[in-house]
Amino acid sequence: MSPAPQPPSRCGRGLAAAIQLFLGSLLLLVLFGCPGAQAQALVADLSSHLVAISTGFTGTEVVLFGAVDGPGEIAVVVLGPKARVTVRRKEPVAGIWMNRRSVVFDQVPGFYAVATSRPLDGLATDPVLTRHGIGLDRLTLTAAPGTVIEPAELSLFREALVRGRLEAGLFSGGDGQVVFLGKRLFRTNLFFPADVVTGAYTVTVFLIRDGDVVHAQSTPLIVGKTGVSAEISEFAQRKPTWYGLTAIFGAFAIGLGAGTLMGKS
Amino acid sequence: MQVYLPIAEMSVNALAIVGMGWVAGVLSGLFGVGGGFLLTPFLIFLGVPAAIAVGTQANQLIGASVSGVLGHWRRGAVDVKMALVMLAGSAIGAALGVGIFGALQRLGQIDLVISLLYVVLLGFVGLSMLAESIVALIRGHPAQLVKRSSRGWLQRLPFQTRFPRSKLYVSSLLPLAIGVFGGVMVAVMGIGGGFLMVPAMIYILRMPASLIAGTSLLQIIATTAAVTLLQASVNHTVDVLLAMLLLVGGVIGAQLGTRLAAHLHGETARALLALLMVTVALGLAWHLIQQPQEPYSLVTEAPR
Repeated sequence: MSPAPQPPSRCGRGLAAAIQLFLGSLLLLVLFGCPGAQAQALVADLSSHLVAISTGFTGTEVVLFGAVDGPGEIAVVVLGPKARVTVRRKEPVAGIWMNRRSVVFDQVPGFYAVATSRPLDGLATDPVLTRHGIGLDRLTLTAAPGTVIEPAELSLFREALVRGRLEAGLFSGGDGQVVFLGKRLFRTNLFFPADVVTGAYTVTVFLIRDGDVVHAQSTPLIVGKTGVSAEISEFAQRKPTWYGLTAIFGAFAIGLGAGTLMGKS
Repeated sequence: MQVYLPIAEMSVNALAIVGMGWVAGVLSGLFGVGGGFLLTPFLIFLGVPAAIAVGTQANQLIGASVSGVLGHWRRGAVDVKMALVMLAGSAIGAALGVGIFGALQRLGQIDLVISLLYVVLLGFVGLSMLAESIVALIRGHPAQLVKRSSRGWLQRLPFQTRFPRSKLYVSSLLPLAIGVFGGVMVAVMGIGGGFLMVPAMIYILRMPASLIAGTSLLQIIATTAAVTLLQASVNHTVDVLLAMLLLVGGVIGAQLGTRLAAHLHGETARALLALLMVTVALGLAWHLIQQPQEPYSLVTEAPR
């Protein structure tokens, strides 16, 4: 049900590019310009550390930019807050399709995206990619302890979990492109859809040389509600009884207003 | 126009929601039903989690019923004492229903139970209404609603009480039981349950027809308010923004519905409503027996 992502306006894109170029040059200065500064192999940052979900939120883009001190490939992994997910499967019972078997997965990220500077396959060796969780296929999704299930069945449920998340736009596998501007600067656009999960995210940037990760840097990113929608959900969480009473009052007021108007007309 | 629903945590098209509220409003003005039986399945179809669809519907129904009851109240067509007894029952039913809802949700069977209840109740009531209406339309006079027969054991129940407004002397247990049933329906199905309470009040309580609509509406207001409070405080499943969008559409639609009702023959209106109920029941039944494209579904627990 998520709406089609809207492309950012030309103006926004131009501005983002300008900011990124400016910050990128600053980074270069910091990296190589200042004598005595400790050389860092990898520096990266986000155009914003907060994705604000307001009432009119339809998804948003965050620009990640950075610089490296030498040749290498870049992989960016975005991980959302982890939660327990129950996957259920419908099976026909007396002609009616109902939920029968279910598997609970622990620690499933609410969001997962990868962007790389070249196709994932040739980027690094398989064990390296698995160790760092780079690529949707290498994401570890484990059933809750105590789950008794045949491995073939479990993989069906795991596939369904990934499929569901992909369809919701909350998982994406290796679609993102990290673009190098020159030899040192790189950038990528991270897209967050309208139904994105709120919470604390981490954006990890890996510098890969000769098939191995030589440097990694993690940046926090907060996805939170702001404005009216934040106030409503906070109110509902903090003072549920008062929230309920307010809801009742609001409905009463609309009904009473409409009823009175109708009575007059 | 996209709007982010703070509790459902999803972005929806505001115009679609207001439009659906409007359709339900037209129906409520036209037929005197709450329209919940259309809205709850619609919200679930839109991708709103079943729990939030049902919880929010309770909130929406308050407003719809308040605007409906005013007219009856002005004409004095409300048996307050009867409504109060029924309310006592529906408070019990609401608490019971909210509990049942939570248990079914943990079992992963809430969507199935909601669909099945809709199919059975809407199908049964819709078909019998349709049959009655067709007979009446063919004969050219209204169906005999109340079949007089001795109530037998119902009259021997304890707590026989006088209800002066309805000119009735019946056991309080009867309206209480009807109330319990109504409360469960609001909490589990997200409907006011008028389409079931009204026949119960006609056939079991034998209330005068003129008092039934107003009394059941008053009872529904109280019940939906109780359920809203419970769902909001226990299950956190009431989305006010969603409810208000539905209501705004609903009150506008109700005006048109009321005006249309003046041009519609009572028996024709009943037949149309019955047809609509049967259609919704059939649609949901088809959905249950058809092989789903995606048999797997995900439920994410709120991270703590």
